Amino acid sequence: MKNNALSWMIGGPALTGGVNRSAELFAKACSRAGLYVFSNIEYHSNIMGRHISYRVRTSDTPVHSHLEHVDLLLALDAETLFGTPEYQDYQRHGGHLHRVAPDGVVILDAKAKVDHSAIERDDIHVVALAYDDLVRESVEELGITYNARRHSVMRNMVPIGASCALLDFDISHVLSLVAEVLPAHRQDMVEMNRHVLLHAAEQARRAYAKEEFHVTLRPRPERNGHMLIKGVDAVGIAKIHAGCAFQTYYPIAPASDESVMLEGHQTSYPIVVLQAEDEVASMNMAVGAAHAGVRAATSTAGPGFSLMAEGLGFASITEAPGPVVILWQRGGPSTGLPTRQSQQDLRFALQPAHGEFPHIVVAAGDAREAARITHMAFNWGDRYQMPVVVMADKFIANSLVTLDDLGLDDLPIDRGEYWTLEMNGSEPYRRHRLTESGISPRAVFGTPGGQYVTTSDEHTERGRIDEQVENRMAQMEKRMQKLELAAEEIPAEWQYELVGPDDADVTIVGWGSTRGPIVDALPVLEAEHGISANFLQIRLLRPFPAAVVRETLARARRAIVVEDNYMGQLGLLIAEQTGIKLERMALKYDGRPFSQDEVVEAVCEHNEADIGRLVLSHP
Amino acid sequence: MVVADTERLTAKTFGVEDSHPDWCGGCGDFGILSAVKQALAQLGRPPHEVAVISGIGCAGKIAHYINAYGLHTLHGRALNVATGVKLANQNLEVLVAGGDGDGYGIGAGYLVNSGRRNLNIAYLIHNNGVYGLTKGQAAPTMRRGQKTKAMAEPAIQESVNPIGLAIASGYTFIARGYAMAQRDLVSLIVQAVQHRGTALIDILQPCPIYNDLMTIDFFRGRDVGHNRIYRLTDEGFDGRVHDPSNQDEIVAKQQAAIAKSFEWGDRIPTGVLYQLDAPTYEDELAGRLPDLASNSLLDLATPGQDISRLQDAYR
Repeated sequence: MKNNALSWMIGGPALTGGVNRSAELFAKACSRAGLYVFSNIEYHSNIMGRHISYRVRTSDTPVHSHLEHVDLLLALDAETLFGTPEYQDYQRHGGHLHRVAPDGVVILDAKAKVDHSAIERDDIHVVALAYDDLVRESVEELGITYNARRHSVMRNMVPIGASCALLDFDISHVLSLVAEVLPAHRQDMVEMNRHVLLHAAEQARRAYAKEEFHVTLRPRPERNGHMLIKGVDAVGIAKIHAGCAFQTYYPIAPASDESVMLEGHQTSYPIVVLQAEDEVASMNMAVGAAHAGVRAATSTAGPGFSLMAEGLGFASITEAPGPVVILWQRGGPSTGLPTRQSQQDLRFALQPAHGEFPHIVVAAGDAREAARITHMAFNWGDRYQMPVVVMADKFIANSLVTLDDLGLDDLPIDRGEYWTLEMNGSEPYRRHRLTESGISPRAVFGTPGGQYVTTSDEHTERGRIDEQVENRMAQMEKRMQKLELAAEEIPAEWQYELVGPDDADVTIVGWGSTRGPIVDALPVLEAEHGISANFLQIRLLRPFPAAVVRETLARARRAIVVEDNYMGQLGLLIAEQTGIKLERMALKYDGRPFSQDEVVEAVCEHNEADIGRLVLSHP
Repeated sequence: MVVADTERLTAKTFGVEDSHPDWCGGCGDFGILSAVKQALAQLGRPPHEVAVISGIGCAGKIAHYINAYGLHTLHGRALNVATGVKLANQNLEVLVAGGDGDGYGIGAGYLVNSGRRNLNIAYLIHNNGVYGLTKGQAAPTMRRGQKTKAMAEPAIQESVNPIGLAIASGYTFIARGYAMAQRDLVSLIVQAVQHRGTALIDILQPCPIYNDLMTIDFFRGRDVGHNRIYRLTDEGFDGRVHDPSNQDEIVAKQQAAIAKSFEWGDRIPTGVLYQLDAPTYEDELAGRLPDLASNSLLDLATPGQDISRLQDAYR
């Protein structure tokens, strides 16, 4: 019997299936019941019809990743079990039946054309329920005439109700959320949905052959009140908190959810969200706003970031205070895998435009980090007067995670050095004045007496176009020097973290969202495989904390780089910055995030033999 | 450089004594610069309340020669940067300047979409038909079949119609000026800045080095015996929409402006081709957040906003 340790999945067609709403309803119910939840989605770049799978993992302790197996598989269609038929041009996916753990349960529609003999698993149980019949009976029980076109949308509630029954989970946690998750125009269907849930639970209890399922969910009321939030929303809240006045964007997966969330708050907070004509415009609008004195940001994915290149260089040479650019990575190159995971853009983010210029690149490991780093990014943009790229990805953007709060309240606010008229005497203002630190106090547009012009051309201290050699060298050195200052000043906690014991058999090295599965894998490696492991998470990628990485790796007995890309880009960066070439790699470039199990598998394999480059995928 | 608000503003106030234009002798940019400074003096806003955002090319350098806040940005991106500046601080008087290649070529998408927004800014396009700083290639305004001495072959692409494009994009003030007709140009710039909404002035100018077709003599009409440049007002043309609620009048005035926009050759019209009072982008934003009607984001968006309610929504 496993209490509260559940791996659950629902699958079905996009839009018509109601996969997202049902999964998020179940995840929220678990969260409200005081369980720790991690929930992630896989979906196609498609509006209607293509397959979606949505996982929910629960635990009594904090959880940050998914597992390979599922205890419960909820199928809204046959494709969820078997994938797409092979008579199509190619099999788009192989279904999820193989993920069901021994003794696990598949909940499916008894009336769907599911070939039960094709299940070919005698180690799992099948709970077949007539989804549409249950909906009809529930509706009619309320004295309402059943109308398939209107009422069949509720069929996604059938496997949810059945889940509650099998898990012995108090269904009132789900019932009480129905009104919250249904949109305003569907509020008349709250009672009907509740009836469907209850009816399905009752039928599932009858249909399930065994006495009891091996996982139960027991509410933890003492832990009530925590958040369940996606990365895009966490970052949006952080921007509002930081006083970001201006957010620009062009619609793109998986980034635009963040901007759309912010759009919803324009009537209550001083933030303007501008949907621009492309990412060139997004970037340059944000640069203009930053120069004019407000905190400005933009948000995009790889294809949009490609268009922002020019503007980043412009922001940097003109020493704009920002903007903050959130780069929600997805599978590239080009259009690539628009809705899938990758960490392919590290090298690009480090050198996103022509010429040599300073900018800060920092990577978040999860939703909470993404929020906190976003807050700090505005400080660094203001203080060092350069653009800041915050790297996150689809896995962070779309995954739901349980948090107590975003941890923003205690973070400092630093708007950097301002210029005032008194500082000048009779001298004209020098926007790019050469100073010991490299930072020139900035005059906000509109400040009396501070008029200056600056330019994307190389320029003098006063911002005048200039091609003279001594000035060129002085301004180049001034700008680049600010990176050294940032490296000195940015506190260690924002640069890196060593998770786990100081001394360990294995040191896992990573950046960004692999943090979740790696952190979850550490205790499993210790408990189940006897491998003591720690995790060096590198957050600050430019300027790079070379000394501490070199020192940590020198102490490491066996170091493994874990990354969601083909090239092992962090490994390459470490080699460049420290001279240490890490031979052991665990890479994934199948467009899917690492699971906890895959990290465990990678470490175990590397521990057994010198395999160098290990590529993982579990389709 | 500090100018008290009470000081009388003159064109000289907006000059930068120790920064000298590196334009060629006889360049139309000098005329445009002079007109901008005179217009700013007439408009009465002190230099620190003005921001000049310019593109890349000869025209883009104009920001360096005006005593105001300024950003000399990227090729074709001046409107984008200006949009950010204006939204950050609505109290600034924002002037945008750039060449015809900058605006109608590499920045054409931004020109179109900025028209849709109707932000309260003015955009001056220096139109000399050529890419001067890269030594005379044809700009998007160079007519098909034309060949300057710098071009290897005559142009085989159609030219863009700036006025027609501006109408189609939703600009609410559209004018054409001529760099050498100073008094008229000053007046047009003043009207453009005073107009509530995005104003576009297509300013014809000679490039004495690379465009041997659109010369001062051409505009003066030496060959045809009369000045090619004429004022629309002299012919009773009225581009202003008098009743903005009258959709028929709007369409009629837009059609009239487009018809005029094709006039080229022996006679070239200048002046205001179209003007409409319509809600600005700033008006729309104030509709969402009333505080923005009288305050700028710069004043409102202080760091440390209370987010407890936002966080609670996810509990």
